[in-house]
Amino acid sequence: MTMTTSTGDTPMVNHPIPSEVANRNRKPKPRATALGGSLVSPVTIALAALIGIALFFLAQRFTYGLGAVTNINNGYPWGIWVVWDVVIATGFACGGYAMALVVYILNKGEYHHLVRPALTASVFGYSLGGLSVLIDLGRYWNFWHILSPSYAQTGSVMFEVAACISLYVLVLWVEFSPTFLEHLGMTGVRKALNKVMFVFIGLGVLLPTMHQSSLGSMLVVYGYQIHPLWQTPLLPLLFLLSAVCMGYAIVIVEAAVAAVGFKRDIADELPLLSKLGKIIMGVLAAFLIIRFGDLIVRGAVFKVFTSGIKSLMFVIEMAALVYPVVVLSNPANRARLSKLLAAAMSMLTGAVLYRIDAFLVAYDTGPGWHYFPSAPEILVTIGVIAVEVLAYIVFVRKFPILPGHSTSTAAE
Amino acid sequence: MYDTEISREIANRFNLERRDFLKFCAAMAATMGLPKGAEAEIAKAITAKERPSVIWLHFQECTGCTESMLRAEHPTIEKLILEIISLDYHETLFAAAGHQVEAAREAAMKKNWGKYVLVVEGAIPVKNDGIFCKIGGKTALQLVKECAEGAAAVIAIGSCASWGGMPSTPPNPTGSTGVPEILAPKPVVTIPGCPPNPYNFLSTVVHFLTFGALPAVDDKGRPKFAYSRLIHENCERRAHFDAGRFALEFGDEGHRKGYCLYKLGCKGPETYANCPAILFNDVGSGSWPVGTGHPCIGCTEKHIGFEKPIHALAELQNQRPPVGYARVVEEQGTGATLGAIATVAAVGGLAIGAGSKLVGNLGKSEDNQGSGKQG
Repeated sequence: MTMTTSTGDTPMVNHPIPSEVANRNRKPKPRATALGGSLVSPVTIALAALIGIALFFLAQRFTYGLGAVTNINNGYPWGIWVVWDVVIATGFACGGYAMALVVYILNKGEYHHLVRPALTASVFGYSLGGLSVLIDLGRYWNFWHILSPSYAQTGSVMFEVAACISLYVLVLWVEFSPTFLEHLGMTGVRKALNKVMFVFIGLGVLLPTMHQSSLGSMLVVYGYQIHPLWQTPLLPLLFLLSAVCMGYAIVIVEAAVAAVGFKRDIADELPLLSKLGKIIMGVLAAFLIIRFGDLIVRGAVFKVFTSGIKSLMFVIEMAALVYPVVVLSNPANRARLSKLLAAAMSMLTGAVLYRIDAFLVAYDTGPGWHYFPSAPEILVTIGVIAVEVLAYIVFVRKFPILPGHSTSTAAE
Repeated sequence: MYDTEISREIANRFNLERRDFLKFCAAMAATMGLPKGAEAEIAKAITAKERPSVIWLHFQECTGCTESMLRAEHPTIEKLILEIISLDYHETLFAAAGHQVEAAREAAMKKNWGKYVLVVEGAIPVKNDGIFCKIGGKTALQLVKECAEGAAAVIAIGSCASWGGMPSTPPNPTGSTGVPEILAPKPVVTIPGCPPNPYNFLSTVVHFLTFGALPAVDDKGRPKFAYSRLIHENCERRAHFDAGRFALEFGDEGHRKGYCLYKLGCKGPETYANCPAILFNDVGSGSWPVGTGHPCIGCTEKHIGFEKPIHALAELQNQRPPVGYARVVEEQGTGATLGAIATVAAVGGLAIGAGSKLVGNLGKSEDNQGSGKQG
């Protein structure tokens, strides 16, 4: 995937592009540049410390086994290392997928320069999701089986999820490779890759569509063990829609946080972000209509009043998902980054809760079984998140990822 | 099914109660896994007046198979086997000797040509034209070929006759060979074992008498009713294998407690035979090698019995010990601990706090921009 224009040799790095024209189609896109700057800052040091704590507990996990660190048991074989680090993290990492849908499927070239930052987050999100599976597997040394066709059990939902995620990680790295190939000066490889890139872009849309919906199918397989407020044959569709929303929401959050954190002027990107806000509103509204319609049709909606802690979690989850639709329905709000950010973060909170609720809170495997993540388990998950954030910071500083029209940093 | 006349006849001929006779027939049917009602047909076939002629040859062997046969204790089995069939030639059981018996064999063969049953016990040496084993001036090789020609069925009893057994153990100086190999392509039912269980042999003979055909056999000629399951599958010590409890030395704690003998070299996991199911000598439970604390040596399997070292580990065929074992008391997980809740609360609070601060600051700067610069 090319981030530069075909006239890449024209020096347009420092062109200040007025925000009024930047959102028009077919205007020269801003060339991505590395931010530069020092890698050592209070934020990166704090992230490194969190990673250090996680590594300590991971060393324990690989020395004494899963039971020494986690609270998972035979009734709850999946804890937050799967639910957060894989199910939610791949949702967070859907930015690349969501942007690819808009840019390559709907052919909206104007969003093109948002693809690369989104893809960066996706690469790390998915790679670490795959790594987390490795950490969570009791017999992790058999991990390679998923890539060996002789071990494939093609009737299994789990197989589809695992195969799609591992293939998508590879596809993502290929899609992402122009970034560092440019940096490493391997132009020959890049040119050759460009010719077949459309294949990888196609796979990059197909594979997440398959496995994000399969994350829902996995719960359908659980049957009655999932509470009726979440269990429905429509789970695959709901998981796919929420993943798409999460993808756009994370693009907005990343843009806003990068703007504040790196002190970048993102006035040019704002119109595009507000359009993404509109997409979120539409898809999320569809999600909510399907979700509630399904609850009403199945007659499960009344369980909202009788299910104790599950009811409470359902209400919080729904509130966090309704809020963005309300905020984003006002065009004035969509024009303000602060409102977009608030809506996107609320959307992400709701989607996170939806996945936690469906996989852990709504899951009841029988009397006597309990699960709540242990403190070391949570700290490992935080460490994985810290790796993602740190990697993102390092890459945007060292490689051409963010659109390079910010006068303050790119000019140095 | 039996009128009193037949009952009386049995009582006279076999010196056996009718009840005991029927019990014997039922036991035969059960050994072969035949359906209900088969014992009646067996009884009918056994009581038929025409008794089939049996010629029993002995070559390179120890007579263990015959000894084992004589030990069969279902009521007076030796009487039954001598009365049901017409045993016209058997070196161990003959009173006569020398040319007299050879003449008896030839006479019986001539009289029952194409109808008699040939039983071979012991391996057949083939090196140097088989001069290592001769009876009445004829080599084993000549004898077996001669007798097989007019036989309706050939049964090889014991591991030696089945594939060469102990005499064929490398370096095999006499070239000991099993009957099926020598008589090929003529079908030979093999009853390997050292010694084989007499009931596997008797059931095969009775099957032939009853149905006029030999029972279904596997690719090595062994009757499926007896040799289609691994010893491991029906072993009384199997639970110890599955639970990972093994005897590691003769006389150690595990051995005394009756644990699995796999690690002492038991070949049960790679040997097909019904030993643990029907046992030996009719003396009740435990009366088979593994039951008495000795690992199975795989005597029914070519290349395992007499060839593989006794304490070499068996090649597991279709069962593997689990990597982990279920706990006696299953841990069902702990609920939320104070530390865990505090961590979640801290992280959640931090995330919400940072998020709202960010939104608030962005909102303020937008307001400032809106009022100050843009205008």
